[in-house]
Amino acid sequence: MSATTTPTLRARDYLSDIKPIWCPGCGHFGVLSALTKALAYLERPKEDTAVISGIGCSSRLPAYLDCYGFHGLHGRALPLATGLKVARPDLTVIVAGGDGDGFSIGGNHFLHACRRNIDLCYIVMDNAVYGMTKGQASPTTPPDWTRSPLTPNGPGIPVFRPAAIALAAGAGFIARGFSGDPHGLSELIARAILHPGFAFVHVLSPCRTFRPDDQSDWKQGVHPFTDRARCDAEAVPALRVDDDGMGIGVLHEADPKAHSGPKDTLADADRAAAIDRIEAELEV
Amino acid sequence: MTRRTSDHSQPITVAISGSGGSGALTAGSILLAAAQRCDRYGLMMRAAGPQVRGGESVAILRIGPTPVTNIGDRVDLLAALDWRNIERFVDELPLDSDSLILFDPDSGPIPDLIAASGAEQRGVRFANQAKAQPEGRANMVAVGVAGSAIGLSLTALSEAAGEILANKPVETVRATQACISAGYPKPALAAETAPTRPARRRWRLSGNAAAGLGALRAGVDFVAAYPITPASEMLEWLAPQLERIGGNLVQAEDELAAVSMLVGASFGGVPALTATSGPGLSLMTEGIGLAVASETPIVVVDVARGGPSTGLPTKSEQADLDQALYGLHGEAPHLVLAPLDVGDCAFTTEWASRLAERLQTAAIVLSDQALGQTRAVIDPPAAAPPVPGRKRIDQDRAEQAPSTAGTAGTAGTAGTAGTAGTAEESPAKTAFARYRQSADGISPMSIPGEAGLTYTADGLAHDERGTPSSNAAHHRAQLAKLADKLSGHDYGDAWARRDRGDDYTHRNGSRPISLVTWGSSWGAVQEAAMRLREQGVAVQTIALRLLAPLQHEAMRRALADSEVLVVEINASGQLFRYLHAERVLPSAARSFARPGPLPLRPAEILNSVRELFGPPELERTEAAAISGAGSSRRLGGQA
Repeated sequence: MSATTTPTLRARDYLSDIKPIWCPGCGHFGVLSALTKALAYLERPKEDTAVISGIGCSSRLPAYLDCYGFHGLHGRALPLATGLKVARPDLTVIVAGGDGDGFSIGGNHFLHACRRNIDLCYIVMDNAVYGMTKGQASPTTPPDWTRSPLTPNGPGIPVFRPAAIALAAGAGFIARGFSGDPHGLSELIARAILHPGFAFVHVLSPCRTFRPDDQSDWKQGVHPFTDRARCDAEAVPALRVDDDGMGIGVLHEADPKAHSGPKDTLADADRAAAIDRIEAELEV
Repeated sequence: MTRRTSDHSQPITVAISGSGGSGALTAGSILLAAAQRCDRYGLMMRAAGPQVRGGESVAILRIGPTPVTNIGDRVDLLAALDWRNIERFVDELPLDSDSLILFDPDSGPIPDLIAASGAEQRGVRFANQAKAQPEGRANMVAVGVAGSAIGLSLTALSEAAGEILANKPVETVRATQACISAGYPKPALAAETAPTRPARRRWRLSGNAAAGLGALRAGVDFVAAYPITPASEMLEWLAPQLERIGGNLVQAEDELAAVSMLVGASFGGVPALTATSGPGLSLMTEGIGLAVASETPIVVVDVARGGPSTGLPTKSEQADLDQALYGLHGEAPHLVLAPLDVGDCAFTTEWASRLAERLQTAAIVLSDQALGQTRAVIDPPAAAPPVPGRKRIDQDRAEQAPSTAGTAGTAGTAGTAGTAGTAEESPAKTAFARYRQSADGISPMSIPGEAGLTYTADGLAHDERGTPSSNAAHHRAQLAKLADKLSGHDYGDAWARRDRGDDYTHRNGSRPISLVTWGSSWGAVQEAAMRLREQGVAVQTIALRLLAPLQHEAMRRALADSEVLVVEINASGQLFRYLHAERVLPSAARSFARPGPLPLRPAEILNSVRELFGPPELERTEAAAISGAGSSRRLGGQA
């Protein structure tokens, strides 16, 4: 829209003047930084960018950006973003949220967003814990994690494997990044935004407050994802077995086939004429 | 013929029943299409068994020379193709000694349940006559007989069959027309009406289609929905039409998704609507609250069915009013409207959509199965009253704080200057006060793509910029704004359909009667009022189209100094309780409320009026036709 008049923006120009509520050391700061870097790199006009979220610590992110944003319902960020993108295909629509928001209460929408393949970039900041409600187990929390009084014996059920499930559900672009590597992450996010279809970026984003012990070694644990050949829809069982969940990089990139491209909207006069024709058909 | 079927100055009710595959509904559709061609009005309801496809079914039509608003008290003519499972429909088929039953003697004797009505019986060998034609069908012979009985011309019936069966091979259509002709008695049973081309064009459509049309008229360009009975036809009607006008329909994975998709599309500046029924409305309530809190316009059409839970998916009840009014958590002022007849589904849905856009809120439209799945021949519905569109920032520029003018310095900040306050610290940051207070409570809104007006919409309590805030003053200010913008709007006269007849006055020392109703009950109520007036009773009808916000003062004025009866189809008197709680009813007001799913019949209301108010003018001869179909009672502390 105003791309021609907007001067080149730096990453920090995408930040709003609102101070994040996140705890010191929270991984989400790295994601925020990576996202602004990606937007600056892609030279996306702020007004043509919308960041949609649900509820949770990470879902506070849209307010920290000086773009359009919507902080909607817990678990429903993907449908809200889907409605926006279908109605306004001219916009860059980014969806942000956490593991509880995206994989638990919003799990069904995650599956169907992968299937539907609308051109969205979905960033999940996974810290394997519910932070905002003070430290309960999430779908990605290991079964033997006993630090939550809600599940004193641990959640006791196998973890949700976001990448494998996205692959099985038909996602065309799957990447994994680490919030402690904002530069690498910004590259993944930029590629995800450019992918013309549904693009899922799974970000390991540690919680210093509720997972201080378990996640401090993530910095040492992450490594480049090298098993790319195995990561196609046919290889889903193999991925479940072989991937340790810590490999970062682009895991899967299919031929882009966006569900919907920009559509010509009718001028008002054409719309009125079309409705007249519809009404005429109701007569004999 | 019977007294009723030979008199075409009065509406006639015809039913065609048959088991799975007998084509009773197709026969009904042809009769309705023929009525449209013969310059008649009419409506067709259907009742079906539980089978997903091909079960026994009944088409019930009421055809008349003037607009037909309800299905009436009784069935004048029943054409029974066979008797299988007919007991399922006994309640839907009020026959009496003035009725005529046409039945096929080859399909066995008339069941006792039906014969007990005392109706005149006449054997017509539908199947046998059909056999004489190649590809002949018994239901089409019945179309000929029934069509003749209600005075539709053979030409009109043939044309109508051609239209309804347009997708069938031409041989099938010819065979059908031959069967109709074979069934059509010579001479005709009643004086026939030739096809005419009425001076005013007349439409044939269902309430679901009319609601869809209303949405299009209002500018709705985005629909997201999950299939549910009895709302699906509205979505199926909209899908191809939206394609023609350049809009979009998304079939969502569930209703939770559908309502959030609406919020997203509307945030993007595109008017958005969904249709659902009770169970779907339950799932959508959190999203409707988000639309209210974030001030993002959306419209939810609830084509209600009987409840609770999965309830009666294929049958009607007006039982979702409580939920529509009170179902959102916290305090979330929103619009609740209800269409009053098939054509009014267009008017009310259009009006609701325009109001939602203007007032930046959620509108719930309470249609129901009795409106949505009824097909009718009607005069084209009027357009909704004009409502100014969504209040956008440029329209509102003059109202902006003057202090911000001229602060724009860099490219792209022309709109950033919308509000003052943070410019010194970070000149490039937008500080658009999306939720600022204004005289009418409506905050000007930007949409993505507009430079310098970025903001983050939020369902969290927020300040004027949308920044989450748990500050008490912010909460109070935003809550007041949500309520004031709705109560401050001038809704004009469309809030109710009111009819006082020609002579609404006190007489013989008794006070006139006010029949208050809402939604699909209007049709039977207005016919009851007409009959009461014929007997000299002074009566007015007030059918509420706008249920929330309630127009308190106008209601009180309208009801002053009258006996009030509130009529609705639900067990607990939801409208009656609501109006009492809102203190618009006189303390002696009465309630007529019974559960669905049977359609409301005018005689039930006449019975109730006689029992409760006993107007001396009302002769006791009326209304005996329906015994036990309805009950009148008082609720709450009014006994």
